[in-house]
Amino acid sequence: MNLSVEIAGVTLKNPVMTASGTFGSGEEYSEFVDLNRLGAVVTKGVANVPWPGNPTPRIAETYGGMLNAIGLQNPGIDVFVKRDIPFLKQFDTRVVVNVCGKTTEDYVEVAERLAEEPVDMLEINISCPNVKEGGIAFGQSAKAAEAITRAVKEKAKQPIIMKLSPNVTDISEMARAVEAGGADAVSLINTLTGMKIDIHRRAFALANKTGGLSGPAIKPVAVRMVYQAAQAVKIPVIGMGGILTAEDALEFILAGATAVSVGTANFRNPNTTGEIVEGIGDYMEKYKIQDIRELIGAVG
Amino acid sequence: MKRKEEAAVLSQECLAPGIYSMWLETGMGKEAAPGQFVSLYSRDGSRLLPRPISLCEIRNDRIRLVYRVAGKGTEEFSCLESGNTVEIMGPFGNGFPLKEAKEKRALLIGGGIGIPPMVEVARQIPGEKQFVMGYRDNQMFLKKELEERGPLFVATEDGSFGTKGTVLDAIRENGLLADVIFACGPLPMLRAVKDYAAAHGILAWISMEERMACGIGACLACVCGSKEVDGHSHVHNKRICKDGPVFSAEEVEF
Ligand SMILES: Cc1cc2nc3c(=O)[nH]c(=O)nc-3n(C[C@H](O)[C@H](O)[C@H](O)COP(=O)(O)OP(=O)(O)OC[C@H]3O[C@@H](n4cnc5c(N)ncnc54)[C@H](O)[C@@H]3O)c2cc1C
Ligand SMILES: Cc1cc2nc3c(=O)[nH]c(=O)nc-3n(C[C@H](O)[C@H](O)[C@H](O)COP(=O)(O)O)c2cc1C
Ligand code: FES
Repeated sequence: MNLSVEIAGVTLKNPVMTASGTFGSGEEYSEFVDLNRLGAVVTKGVANVPWPGNPTPRIAETYGGMLNAIGLQNPGIDVFVKRDIPFLKQFDTRVVVNVCGKTTEDYVEVAERLAEEPVDMLEINISCPNVKEGGIAFGQSAKAAEAITRAVKEKAKQPIIMKLSPNVTDISEMARAVEAGGADAVSLINTLTGMKIDIHRRAFALANKTGGLSGPAIKPVAVRMVYQAAQAVKIPVIGMGGILTAEDALEFILAGATAVSVGTANFRNPNTTGEIVEGIGDYMEKYKIQDIRELIGAVG
Repeated sequence: MKRKEEAAVLSQECLAPGIYSMWLETGMGKEAAPGQFVSLYSRDGSRLLPRPISLCEIRNDRIRLVYRVAGKGTEEFSCLESGNTVEIMGPFGNGFPLKEAKEKRALLIGGGIGIPPMVEVARQIPGEKQFVMGYRDNQMFLKKELEERGPLFVATEDGSFGTKGTVLDAIRENGLLADVIFACGPLPMLRAVKDYAAAHGILAWISMEERMACGIGACLACVCGSKEVDGHSHVHNKRICKDGPVFSAEEVEF
């Protein structure tokens, strides 16, 4: 039975990855899940310099999901390169570094700093709804998305995955734009912008007022968007949004995802990713599927 | 080792209106320290995030949690009975630095639902100790557990027992002296303790609270402002779940 998949020439031993920002750089989770079992670890967004993030409260639970407005707190690329990459290289898994920035130059600087580092791919976050500049500003206009993709691709040594926002009118157009800019893959969805109000305090639940909605509540939207993106482009699609179980992951794969990322579910069960790897294997056995690649986009 | 497990509920008891006490059977007791917490999980799939609850008492094979019904999750826990199980993860956080109290006079301060963790601190702390606890009214809980371990002074908001007012009022009224303070309670109380300790040159450690998602230091949801640069992001944001929940009062800004 084959579970391995390929993205831009990089082979993952299975299609299960972690979603950026929910798994740190893997260190905290390594006490609960064997990182060697994962297709890839996708690290928390890292910028050219440290970012302090937003004021608290940064999260709020919602029905079947949560809102977050962490604001991309991160140690900056220097600490990341010295501390987090060596940690991850102890494991037999692929390392995908998620990159954030305020300007095109910020993104390019991080990509350049990573050029000689032993990382397998870069995931470029142009879809964070929680920072004022950069982030989603690049992810809500097809023209801006194409331009930043081109600028990063020109300098990046590793394949680049462009991470798309669901907060757009036409996801197919965005997927096509980053493909035209030279993206090696697309990943989606990032969080949906939301709000929660505490009626007793008559106040916003989050200090940032708005936050990104994630978790099972967003899964049907995510599956639909992954399907549309997979129809629109030839490059591989990485699907995420509300995956809790192997069944959820398989929906994304059938919709056209070559790999999947698991985010919020890690907070409920830190070994979710490990259990999903196992569950996909069980499903393939049950339906006598020899190769996971037979399932990619096999809906309909 | 931190772990996630199904813990058997040994007992459930209502201590005061809305305040419950639950003993759980778990090997976590062996390695847990006072001031640490565990994450409890709801069975209801619509509630994904862990509920952090401090360890109130610790034994080799079990732990005691004392909690207030604050919403749907804690309400669900309050309905568990002996024979049920609940999913828990832990033990998390650093706990109170008890060795700082060696050969010193310690003052343990608890306010409202910040009282429970002080019970195990009271049990394990070496040296001379006095306790000051603040309740809303005379519906007091964990009073006997504390009295067994040292002199207890009480403040109630409505004056129905002990000093009328706050824990600080009780400290002044009783002329309590200390070299070191350990405290847990609502933010306004912690602020007052921080100021009091600074004004009197007393070392103080306080236990902080914030909304948590991962509970293990990965998601950066639960930070508080810190004087020192933090070990994770090298900014000034310590993670309450991992670097805390107990901090030196001078260290945190809130
Ligand atoms: C380190 C730590 C130790 C704690 N120890 C205790 C204890 O010993 N006894 C006790 O009664 N309570 C304690 N709390 C508070 C307790 O976690 C909350 O009361 C509880 O999570 C409320 O859950 P709920 O589902 O009933 O409320 P809801 O309001 O329905 O919860 C919604 C969401 O908000 C979160 N939340 C709500 N209130 C708080 C809060 N005060 N702090 C953090 N998250 C919150 C919940 O975890 C959940 O994710 C502690 C909190 C922290 C951070
Ligand atoms: C607490 C938190 C932090 C996140 N941080 C990042 C981040 O730094 N970069 C990024 O591209 N996406 C970030 N995301 C988005 C997730 O990677 C993912 O796209 C989204 O949560 C949907 O997946 P899920 O429902 O499985 O969580 C974050 C999500 C959460 C909940
Ligand atoms: S709750 Fe995730 S870092 Fe503290």
